[in-house]
Amino acid sequence: MSGLSIKNLSMRFDLPNGGAVQALQDVSIDLKAGELLSILGPSGCGKTTLLNIVAGFLAPTEGEMTLNGHTIKGPDAERGMVFQQGALFEWMSVRENVGFGPSMKGMAKNDKAEIVNHLLDVVGLQDFKEKAVYELSGGMQQRVALARCLANDPDVILMDEPLGALDALTREKMQSLVLKLWKETGKTIILITHSVEEALLLGERLIVMAPRPGRIHTEYRLPFAEAGVGADLREVKKHPEFAPKREEILSMIWDMEEEIMGRSEASA
Amino acid sequence: MTGLILLAVYIGIFAGGYFVLAKLFGGIGSRDYTSLKTVTFGDESAVRPNRAAGILSILTLFLLWGMFTGSSLLPGFLHAPGPFEGQTSFEYTVQAGNERDTATVEVLVHNRETNPDEIVVAPGDGFAKNDSITVAQYRSKLVLFDRNDEIKRADGAKVIEIDGKKVAPGDRVRITGGAVTISDKGTPNFEPDNGLQMEPLYLPAPEEVVSRTFKVLDEGFRGTSLLGHLSWSLFRVIAGFLCGAIVGIPLGYAMGLSNWFRGWFDPIVEFMRPVPPLALIPLVIIWAGIGEVGKIILLFLAALWIMAIAARSGVSGVSISKVHAAYSLGASKWQIMRYVIIPNSLPEIFTGARVAMGVCWGTVVAAELVAAEKGAGMMIMVASKFQNTDIVILGIILIGIIGFGIDMLMRAAERFMVPWKGRS
Repeated sequence: MSGLSIKNLSMRFDLPNGGAVQALQDVSIDLKAGELLSILGPSGCGKTTLLNIVAGFLAPTEGEMTLNGHTIKGPDAERGMVFQQGALFEWMSVRENVGFGPSMKGMAKNDKAEIVNHLLDVVGLQDFKEKAVYELSGGMQQRVALARCLANDPDVILMDEPLGALDALTREKMQSLVLKLWKETGKTIILITHSVEEALLLGERLIVMAPRPGRIHTEYRLPFAEAGVGADLREVKKHPEFAPKREEILSMIWDMEEEIMGRSEASA
Repeated sequence: MTGLILLAVYIGIFAGGYFVLAKLFGGIGSRDYTSLKTVTFGDESAVRPNRAAGILSILTLFLLWGMFTGSSLLPGFLHAPGPFEGQTSFEYTVQAGNERDTATVEVLVHNRETNPDEIVVAPGDGFAKNDSITVAQYRSKLVLFDRNDEIKRADGAKVIEIDGKKVAPGDRVRITGGAVTISDKGTPNFEPDNGLQMEPLYLPAPEEVVSRTFKVLDEGFRGTSLLGHLSWSLFRVIAGFLCGAIVGIPLGYAMGLSNWFRGWFDPIVEFMRPVPPLALIPLVIIWAGIGEVGKIILLFLAALWIMAIAARSGVSGVSISKVHAAYSLGASKWQIMRYVIIPNSLPEIFTGARVAMGVCWGTVVAAELVAAEKGAGMMIMVASKFQNTDIVILGIILIGIIGFGIDMLMRAAERFMVPWKGRS
């Protein structure tokens, strides 16, 4: 069976003072190969923990995950990850950064160069090939991060707020790029975001998570990602269902935030 | 006194230079928007060193050095008043019982390097005869006035006036080119004027240092050439630093990567780091003697902890997302070590290396001051014992230049090796 399957995942963190935090409780997600899933939720709802578990950086307390039928244990090149920022290697040029995965596998020089050249074309950084990454703008750096992840040809791409640190205009261009890459490569993508609009635009499926304990609150299936491929995203936002969905999810998250505030005030 | 005048001249040039240059160039420093930032404490970005001030500062140091040593490189009118040189005289009046007589003392003040003949004077009449003395600059001399007189001190002769002024023991009378004081026993003591210049023993003129430099370059010092002394010091620094880095960097890596290593070595490293290497000199001498081994052990100890701590913080400072990214790109533990942890720690290691080289250079000079047969520190220590102040100053200048050069080289290496430092 192909695709990513997460079953009854729970994660508890033991605190040094003897207490424990239930970061995730009974999370189950089934993702078919090539699906684009965005995950949204207030701070502290366990989004990043979930992604780190799927990436293999953390072992869950309970539950299991399979990718294409085999159990996930530890990090692996089949699950690539794109971070918010600061995860590029400053001591390498753009070309070396993108070629990092193939180098680690010991791929032949020519094959690697071909992959790197192709991906630099795709993300539009061919002219910056030999530049150091710290010479690039934030948006360009995230393009390098995307290309670096794709160079390894992973089955699943995990994105942890990849566009969170970018300005609004760059962010919009990058959203189009993510959609384009998704369609062209057919990768399974899980994207975590704080932005409701981004979650709507970049999710065939959208999961809203609730905090304390982190759990799945609501799931949507949305038409916007498909419509957004190769289109102007501002046009997509004029879709009659877009604004109502955005309001619905915003108020859902507001309610959660208020509940957290109420609870912490009550306990204080 | 000289010190205060020197300070006044220095401040005068400092302030005067500012006003003159401000007048010439219509202001010092920028008048743009960023100049407003200078009022923000801690933000130095708007303060740039004024190049003219830097040049003027160095020139002023040499100017003052020349002025107060009477350097021949400066025109005479710029010299501070020098010590008196030449001939002067004073009269003394002796009383013995009811008799009084006056005689003249001819004084010759000469440079310390020369050895002139005594002045021959006619004895004159009366029971007090004329005298003559020679005295070197910066020295003084008792005038044994009665050695040729007919009535000696033992017979009750007593000096009661100098140049017609009544004097008692402890009094001081100014004369041309010096002063005469009367000692407790009633003997006149002549001190020539020292002027405001420094005695060459304390501070030789710049040209003296330069000519001594060429002399030492030519003849060497204590059987070793000048270059030899400096290279011995440098060799010790480099050998000690390399040993320290070769042990310290892997130790720091181990401490950054393993809880056991961290726990085991933390107390040792944290205790040894604040111990000044100079405090180890006696123990190292007891253990390893004053030869090369002892010095290299000392420098090894000076560099070791600094390098270990730098490597440790370089490893601990790697951002977790870089390690995660490498893992999810399929890197193995060793590959992460080789391609992520080590390059990521290089900026910290270079910072540590710069500090360690500076500390080693200071420590080697200090160690050579204590005991060495060759080296820059030994050179100035031995020179000071023989009062070769020019060699001491020459040595200090060379030590400073080399220390500065080491730091510049380390910075250049840093820019070349870790251009990403501070730019992530």
